[in-house]
Amino acid sequence: METRPTAHIGWLRLGGELLVALGAVSTFTILILVLSGAPPFAAIAQIIKGSLGSWSKFAHVVKAWIPLTLCGMGLLYTFRIGLWNIGIEGQVIAGAILTTAIVKLGLDSGNPQLFLALAIGFGAVGGAIWAILAGWLKTKGGVHEIFAGLGLNFVAQGIALWLIFGPWKRPGVASMSGTEVFPPEFWLPYLAHGRICLPGLALAFFAIVFTAVTLRYARFGLNLKAIGSNRVAAYLFGLKPDRCMLLAMVFAGAFAGIAGSLQVTAVYHRLIPAISSNYGYLALLVVMLSNYNIAAVPAVAFFFACLNVGSIQLPMVLKIDSSLSGVIQGALVLATLAMQAWRARRKRERETV
Amino acid sequence: MKIELKEIHKHYGPVKANNGVSLCVEPGTIHGILGENGAGKSTLMKILSGFSRKTSGAIVLNEQRQEYQTPAQATRLGIGMLYQDPLDFPSLTVLDNFMLGRKKNPEQSRADLNDELLGLCQSFGFCLVPSQLLKILTVGERQQLEILRLLALGIEVLILDEPTTGISAYQKEILFQALNTMTSAGKSVILVSHKLEDVESLCHKVTVLRKGRVSGEMVQPFDTDTLLTMMFGTPPRPPSRQPQTPGEILLSLEGVSAKGGRLGLRDCNFQARESEIVGLAGLEGSGQSVFLRTAAGLIRPRSGSIHFRHENLTGRDYHHFSKKGLAFQPTDRLEEGLVGDLTIAEHFAVQDQKQGLFLDRTRAASQAGRSIEKFKIMGRRESTAESLSGGNQQRLLLSFLPQKPALLLLENPTRGLDLESAHWVWEHLQVYSEAGTGIVFSSSELDEILMVAHRVLVFFNGRIIKDVAADQTDVNALGRALAGKV
Amino acid sequence: MEIELSILLASVVAGATPILLATLGETITEKAGIINLSLDGSILLSAMAAFVVTYNSGSLLAGFIVGALVGAAVALVVALFSIYLEQSQVAVGFVLTLTTRDLAYFLGNDYSRLQGPQVTHLPIPLLSEVPFVGPVFFNHNLPVYFSLVLVGLCWWYIYWTPAGLKLRSVGEHPRAAYARGIDPKLTQLLYTMVGGLLVGLAGATFSLATKPGWGRPQGAEGTGWIALALVIFGGWHPLKAAAGAFLFAFLQVMGIYLQGWFPSLPSQVFQVAPFPLMIFTLLLMSASQNESVQRFAAGRPALKPFLQILSGAAPAALGKPYRPD
Repeated sequence: METRPTAHIGWLRLGGELLVALGAVSTFTILILVLSGAPPFAAIAQIIKGSLGSWSKFAHVVKAWIPLTLCGMGLLYTFRIGLWNIGIEGQVIAGAILTTAIVKLGLDSGNPQLFLALAIGFGAVGGAIWAILAGWLKTKGGVHEIFAGLGLNFVAQGIALWLIFGPWKRPGVASMSGTEVFPPEFWLPYLAHGRICLPGLALAFFAIVFTAVTLRYARFGLNLKAIGSNRVAAYLFGLKPDRCMLLAMVFAGAFAGIAGSLQVTAVYHRLIPAISSNYGYLALLVVMLSNYNIAAVPAVAFFFACLNVGSIQLPMVLKIDSSLSGVIQGALVLATLAMQAWRARRKRERETV
Repeated sequence: MKIELKEIHKHYGPVKANNGVSLCVEPGTIHGILGENGAGKSTLMKILSGFSRKTSGAIVLNEQRQEYQTPAQATRLGIGMLYQDPLDFPSLTVLDNFMLGRKKNPEQSRADLNDELLGLCQSFGFCLVPSQLLKILTVGERQQLEILRLLALGIEVLILDEPTTGISAYQKEILFQALNTMTSAGKSVILVSHKLEDVESLCHKVTVLRKGRVSGEMVQPFDTDTLLTMMFGTPPRPPSRQPQTPGEILLSLEGVSAKGGRLGLRDCNFQARESEIVGLAGLEGSGQSVFLRTAAGLIRPRSGSIHFRHENLTGRDYHHFSKKGLAFQPTDRLEEGLVGDLTIAEHFAVQDQKQGLFLDRTRAASQAGRSIEKFKIMGRRESTAESLSGGNQQRLLLSFLPQKPALLLLENPTRGLDLESAHWVWEHLQVYSEAGTGIVFSSSELDEILMVAHRVLVFFNGRIIKDVAADQTDVNALGRALAGKV
Repeated sequence: MEIELSILLASVVAGATPILLATLGETITEKAGIINLSLDGSILLSAMAAFVVTYNSGSLLAGFIVGALVGAAVALVVALFSIYLEQSQVAVGFVLTLTTRDLAYFLGNDYSRLQGPQVTHLPIPLLSEVPFVGPVFFNHNLPVYFSLVLVGLCWWYIYWTPAGLKLRSVGEHPRAAYARGIDPKLTQLLYTMVGGLLVGLAGATFSLATKPGWGRPQGAEGTGWIALALVIFGGWHPLKAAAGAFLFAFLQVMGIYLQGWFPSLPSQVFQVAPFPLMIFTLLLMSASQNESVQRFAAGRPALKPFLQILSGAAPAALGKPYRPD
């Protein structure tokens, strides 16, 4: 009975903190907009209009939400075991590359459904392979996962560029616009109105449910947590830290690979140099802002997707760069980190006085 | 310098580590602070040395009330402290360590300081090489350097927190001599310890703390029984060695060498038998930990062989060893033994032998409930491991031991526990031994080893230099062996 | 294609400047126990700021000063979050990497692909006339000379001055430093910002000398990560880290030559080449600490110097927040 009022106050405080954080970030955003000579309120209005202003804009938001959520779910596994899977960006690209390869194989087969399914499956495999490489460098090679992952990101990007400009170049001209567009029967089906890809949406929801169940109820989920917070003790309890780390990387890589796969089969229908759209890096911010809490990830991912999509037209309408969304997102995460620190300090002070 | 502490309080939330402590240290004396672990000795000394702030109370130095906030300010007032975990820099040289933190004095060059250090060494009979890296020194030598450094800063009072843990009998002798030299020069020494013999042999006056309060004071000559009563109330009855007939050979090490720690482990031969309790003695870092971890399969030996029940297990990992019925538990409970974030119930869930894809949380919860009751753990099933006190963490750790283990390898199983908890631990372990389990444990307390072990191994510089039945040796013989004199 | 050695080495020395500055800066920061992971972004942000200021004011000096200050400002954020708010250094650094990069692109948008002033060539009289050594070391611009002097200066400061001793003590054991009257938090804050100043200079050197101008991409992308890896490669020792920076610049120059020799290979291959190399070096570093490798080398004196070069330990308290009692 006692917990009721405190819980109530807890929610109030949480809401208050959120307002403070949002206030701080808004002030910061307005400041840099003024600094760059752009009208701040017009820019913010444009972001809102550009993301939620119409059904087709909303569909774009959903298109960005799908890979962000998939990557976010994957990152929950690696964060829980204490790994900074910065390599997720490369895992998205690896998935996209392998998917493109499978689709290209199937172009003359006359069985697009089979090859589309295979392509997504292999997308997961591609992401997982790229993740295992980083995991192997970490566990066997002693290279910190940040450096291993980051290096592999650049390598994956390099391979994608090489394929686009080399072996997979469009007949005649190679260009930054990517490989040749697949024939429509190799596109994942989407709703005619607004182009929302239902299989993609289904995969994202599946990822959420699967991850929630794994982390909460499966033995593997608790093992991840145990190893993440005390590796030596977990080993003495009979767990296998290295194997679990690789497995966590495989899960993260597979989800990221599927995200890359959907970018190819549902969004661009070809491989382009910026196929990952930075969603891997962005998902890291999403999960951090969610405080590693699975329930918050889809919501935060949606918010980030709105920011991203809303700022696409900023250069055309207001002549300012679209990287504004990235600045706002980063500032938000920093503000929440500061809030958390403040809360932890207050708690400590209450305990010692 | 005369030091008076008046009504010192230190509260951590609801915990009152010091609850109104008053005492007075006369100049030119050695003043002992006695008390079991958790009595509030270290807290009090950290306040006196400026490391922590008191909640209330007064510190009076030479009849003048002083308020200071940092160790550096305390040093300037003439108070220096030698901490239990050495506060020095292993990766720097002896001279760098000596220099660090001194006021800038343009007149003094590096060479001058070098000479100053050597001069001090000579007057105290210490043997330190200024250009050596600190990490190759022994604990005792690091202590000596720290004392010289503080003296060079002009301190009038030296506080030593458990200085005799981990140093040899010889070094202890030199240390005590040095302390006497200091007091005859008019300086004061405060010796914090839970070892009666050290305090009795050295101090002029003793203040005993118990549960954050002064429970009594005594001047020389001391009466041991009275001091014990002050420390513990009614002194608890210690467990005694249970007679056992050792059974079959369980584990045998032949010519085993391994890397780890400062000196590693060199050419060890050892056999553990059923029902036998073997105590590992030695100064901190003389090879006991490496030995236990090698015997458990946690460290791969560089040479030699390890057999368990005549089966060659050399080079296998701990998981393989534990399948054979061997269990290892480390000293540092929160560093290595438990997962701080996990609840008691989750600890049981993680170790659930019945493997499967999904967790059986109800089973784990009921298991946790049973263990909390059986092991008298002060905590709930949902309490995280880090929220438990040291004694309860040790109880929790013991509750993880398998039902019928063949051999237990325990690293300092009673480190940091109060006497009552330590006795409880041994009563529990002796039940295992009676049922045929072999136990090998390390401890820094010779008394503890002689109290429960059937056999004692003494480690020196990574070697086993003595292997003797416990009833054929005594504290003095073991003490000599600790320093390498067999 | 014929290459003259002195020209090749001169271009290595010139090309190494920004990465050398960033590596030295990060070495100083990490010696104090703080990891500033934001390097890749802060280099870009300071490069942008330096270019914009120089473009508008016409003063190169102002550009360099502002660039350095921007680097220090980002470092200040890292320091405040990790030292005083006790947040994960990796988390804060990573967020800042992305945020400062986007901020650079956003604020610098109007200055893309503009022709701006750049640092002038300044051969040192007499010294630049010395055969071979002259063209390699003394025929450059001021930032290059500054970076060369800085290598020795850093080494001297860290290992031979009382202040450097304090710096190292804080990175090794902050509690012990505190007991000796040193303020660990303030020291860490100070050296994080000093490191940030140098990182900022690295950025300014990019946009005003090495790769003059601003754009998206600028060309400095990825350098920050290489610098972070070079600190590890250098075993947290400024001289070895500098050697690593020169080695890296040498490989980059070789890459440009190689590209000329293999025109059939697309240039993207050469652009990503540093990164597998980075992983390989770190792998080598880690392997050299491996026990079986050391045992293997013990019987082979020829291998000893290699292991010696690869040895080097991180400051004991690196990345761990200091929390007073």
